[in-house]
Amino acid sequence: MAERRIRILLSKPGLDGHDRGAKVLARCFRDAGFEVIYTGCHQTPEQIAAAAIQEDVDVVGLSCLSGAHKYLFPQVVKLLKAEGADDITVIGGGIIPEQDMQPLYDAGLKALFTPGAKLDSLVEWINTNVTPRA
Amino acid sequence: MKELGQKVLAGDVRSASRLIRNLEDQIPGTHVAMQEIFTKTGNAHVIGITGAPGAGKSTLTDELVFSWRQRNKTVGVLAVDPTSPFTGGALLGDRIRMLRHAEDKGVFLRSLATRGSMGGISKAVGEGIHVMDAMGKDTIIVETVGVGQQEVEIINHAHTVIVVLVPGMGDEIQALKAGLMEIADIFIINKADRDGAASLYKEVTNMVHMSVTKGGWEIPVLLVESVQEPKKFAESVSAVCDKIEDHYRYLVDKNLLSERLRRKTAAEFNEALWAAILQPVLNDLDAGGEMEKMVDQLLKKETDPYTLAAEVAVRYKNKV
Amino acid sequence: MITDDLVNKSSALRQKWEDEVKKIVAKHPDQKESWTTVSDLGIKRIYGPEDIKDMDFERDIAYPGQYPYLRGCQPSGYRGKYWTFRMFSGMGTAVETNKRWKYLLATGQTGLSTAFDFPTLMGYDTDSPKARGECGKVGVAIDSIDDFRDLISGIPLDKITTSMTINPPATILWAMYIACAQEQGIPLNKIGGTIQNDMLKEFIAQKTFMCPPEPSVKLISDTIEFGTKYVPKWNTVSISGYHIREAGSTAVQELAFTLRDGMEYVEDVVRRKGLQVDEFAPRLSFFFNSHIDFFEEIAKLRAARRIWAKAMRERYGAKDPRSLWMRFHTQTAGCSLTAQQPYNNVVRTAIQALAGVLGGTQSLHTNSLDEVLCLPSDHAVQIALRTQQIIAEETGVASTIDPLAGSYFVEALTNEMEEKAWEYIHKIDDMGGMVAAIEKGFPQLEISDASYKFQKQIDAQEKVMIGVNKYVQEDEQVDIPIVEIDDSVEAEQLNRLAEVKRKRDNRKVAETLKDIEAACKKGENVMPYCIEAVKNYATVQEICDVYRGVYGEYRDPGIY
Repeated sequence: MAERRIRILLSKPGLDGHDRGAKVLARCFRDAGFEVIYTGCHQTPEQIAAAAIQEDVDVVGLSCLSGAHKYLFPQVVKLLKAEGADDITVIGGGIIPEQDMQPLYDAGLKALFTPGAKLDSLVEWINTNVTPRA
Repeated sequence: MKELGQKVLAGDVRSASRLIRNLEDQIPGTHVAMQEIFTKTGNAHVIGITGAPGAGKSTLTDELVFSWRQRNKTVGVLAVDPTSPFTGGALLGDRIRMLRHAEDKGVFLRSLATRGSMGGISKAVGEGIHVMDAMGKDTIIVETVGVGQQEVEIINHAHTVIVVLVPGMGDEIQALKAGLMEIADIFIINKADRDGAASLYKEVTNMVHMSVTKGGWEIPVLLVESVQEPKKFAESVSAVCDKIEDHYRYLVDKNLLSERLRRKTAAEFNEALWAAILQPVLNDLDAGGEMEKMVDQLLKKETDPYTLAAEVAVRYKNKV
Repeated sequence: MITDDLVNKSSALRQKWEDEVKKIVAKHPDQKESWTTVSDLGIKRIYGPEDIKDMDFERDIAYPGQYPYLRGCQPSGYRGKYWTFRMFSGMGTAVETNKRWKYLLATGQTGLSTAFDFPTLMGYDTDSPKARGECGKVGVAIDSIDDFRDLISGIPLDKITTSMTINPPATILWAMYIACAQEQGIPLNKIGGTIQNDMLKEFIAQKTFMCPPEPSVKLISDTIEFGTKYVPKWNTVSISGYHIREAGSTAVQELAFTLRDGMEYVEDVVRRKGLQVDEFAPRLSFFFNSHIDFFEEIAKLRAARRIWAKAMRERYGAKDPRSLWMRFHTQTAGCSLTAQQPYNNVVRTAIQALAGVLGGTQSLHTNSLDEVLCLPSDHAVQIALRTQQIIAEETGVASTIDPLAGSYFVEALTNEMEEKAWEYIHKIDDMGGMVAAIEKGFPQLEISDASYKFQKQIDAQEKVMIGVNKYVQEDEQVDIPIVEIDDSVEAEQLNRLAEVKRKRDNRKVAETLKDIEAACKKGENVMPYCIEAVKNYATVQEICDVYRGVYGEYRDPGIY
């Protein structure tokens, strides 16, 4: 039976290895019925963009706690766009100061989650805002 | 959809991954693209890698990819992980061990969830192989999940089947008896530095010697060193690569490739028939609510499944 | 200690009390059914003599400075000297960090602790493509000894001890410190400090890794051997549970995995270097987390001392009492802080710091209230440091040693922590040790399970985080000044590095790198060669590339 299932790539760009949040999210998304491709940590934006395209995902979720999100998150969006894959929704999470939020949204991030975000709220955001491609 | 097929033939990754997605999601009309590419397939060497969880299949696959890239071959990988039977979700983590190839244009890696298919491998695997084949990949590796009888289905898709065993898991020999023995073209004893590797090697070698030889192909049992010893690991995997190529040459020389292809083709045709004949019937019964009613009838023991099925067959005979 | 007579009397009284409680609860039910620690250990409504009836005072408790060192290693407690107030800091360039250090020393800090940026931590130079966007963000950027000299400028290396949180490139950063001391004419037996240098917990938890576990442990053994011989006051490894806990483990897992890591290092040095346990064990140091569950943390720290003493004496035959001492640094739990209502973090940190002190820590870092939002501001750091000073000098808790000893509850909980930790330790023994367990993904998976469970409990409000899932303030305006590292730091550091590479004798660099490579291949101690290389301006990445070339790169087995 035809049935679109949401596919999500979860990745940690940059050199930071604090993957507690990413791993908890990976399990949570699986339990929400999504197909989760988890790439682990220490990824370059180039690797993430290439993986997102090969995996034909609907969403790329980035987690970064090192403060390098200002460079890394927009870079992923930019690379996806260059490959004509700007229909992929890119969201991010981590320690993101308020003043960085608007520039990141302007750069094409669709949602940003900071510490304390409930798992349910993330699942809900995806269910509300992401329709698997037709 | 037709355009999609053309793009796949031109090697476009985005289109190929989309096509595989459409196949997985069973989007109506996907067969148009498949029709487009089918006749152009049949050039790739398809390798199945199977073994218990934790046997080190992904790390081995990663190194095999590396070996073939060194030999200037392009590679496609279909990595299959299980779908959770409770939530329908899946955590696909094989990529994590194959990161270094992410940007290599000569490598296309795609993760698939089993989505509740019975064979331990995703239904989309067979078609996924065609897609990668049509893209022009020289070698396609299918890494499958699980252990036991179900994974023997890999034999329908792969030309060369590698069974990965690892010392200390306890149930290797049981698994062999359960059907893995018959499907293996090459055995690998992975993590050969571990205790028990030597005895496992001996045991498997003995079993291989006692079993019927596959028409002149002597099934090799190869040791692969721990990945924590990068140099030794790379060398031992390169030797595996040599053996796989030997096996392919053997299949070609003995004209056995066509035999395997025949099996695969028959299985696929079977599935295509299912999709073409049975699926529309099921859809129709579902849509009209008739399916529910029939199940009710059966529950009340008003009739039996055989009679009911025969009635349905007669009714739809001229429609499909 | 507890006589049968006492147990009999107590049991009778307890029965009476329980009956009374039952009546009350029947009328006014408890607020919730199960009462557990933050790590899910069940807690009784009350503890009494019967809960510790099997304890023997001499065998299990005794006095500070007496086996099994439950109550502390030093006989004199905090009266002679408080714990070291050691605030972890580092940001931007070496010059900036040096300024922060001088500020901290001026406000009463007694030891330094270095945070490095991610490229340094991972063994990359600022000019590596992998370092883009990361320079100076979470700590100080160090590429060559040129930066290191600026970092320690004006710091008396023979008086102040410096801790360096550095793991895969620990040999290199330590070599820089040693080289600087030599340049200043300070003998190596006069310098003191710590390199974290604990790779096992990186594979388990924090993922700052470079080479596979086996050669990683070899490099650690090199530093332990070198320190034993030439830098006797240096702690060459800080065996860390902090990051294991931050990755979401329970308190018991933190305790067990950390101590089992320590045992792995002991075994490796004995086997590989042929040293006697008592030659090096006194310099092994530890690093724990102090989380929010007050008594659980105190029990954990007390249990840690007793387990280590027993393990060193019984498993490894150590005879020197100093080998049996577990000396540790403590940091309050970063993961317990909330971005919501951040001023509450001051309260959390104070309670956690108090637990660390009551647990008998030798050194303490208190987190700043803004650390969940950004790098700590000067003001926030000052409050955190003042928290320690208030505990030390106002509250009176440092007046007496191990004040909670003999508490039915604390002793029972300490025993329970120890017992559960040994279960894990034995399980890992059965797997063939920690390196083997890591390869199987055992500790990684245990932690993942625990952290997922905790998050579910938070979401279900079974566990409470104020401001996050209870007493939430809608439309909260957070008015915390945010410290940000300017992107110009990266450009500045790139220039510096280019300058160093232009000025140095590149032939000499290549030669010293070749020497390191040869030492690696022969299995020789790399330390003397590293010191020589850094003196000739070989960079962190250049030396790490040699390691990566010889030993290979570790691949994350991807266990979650």
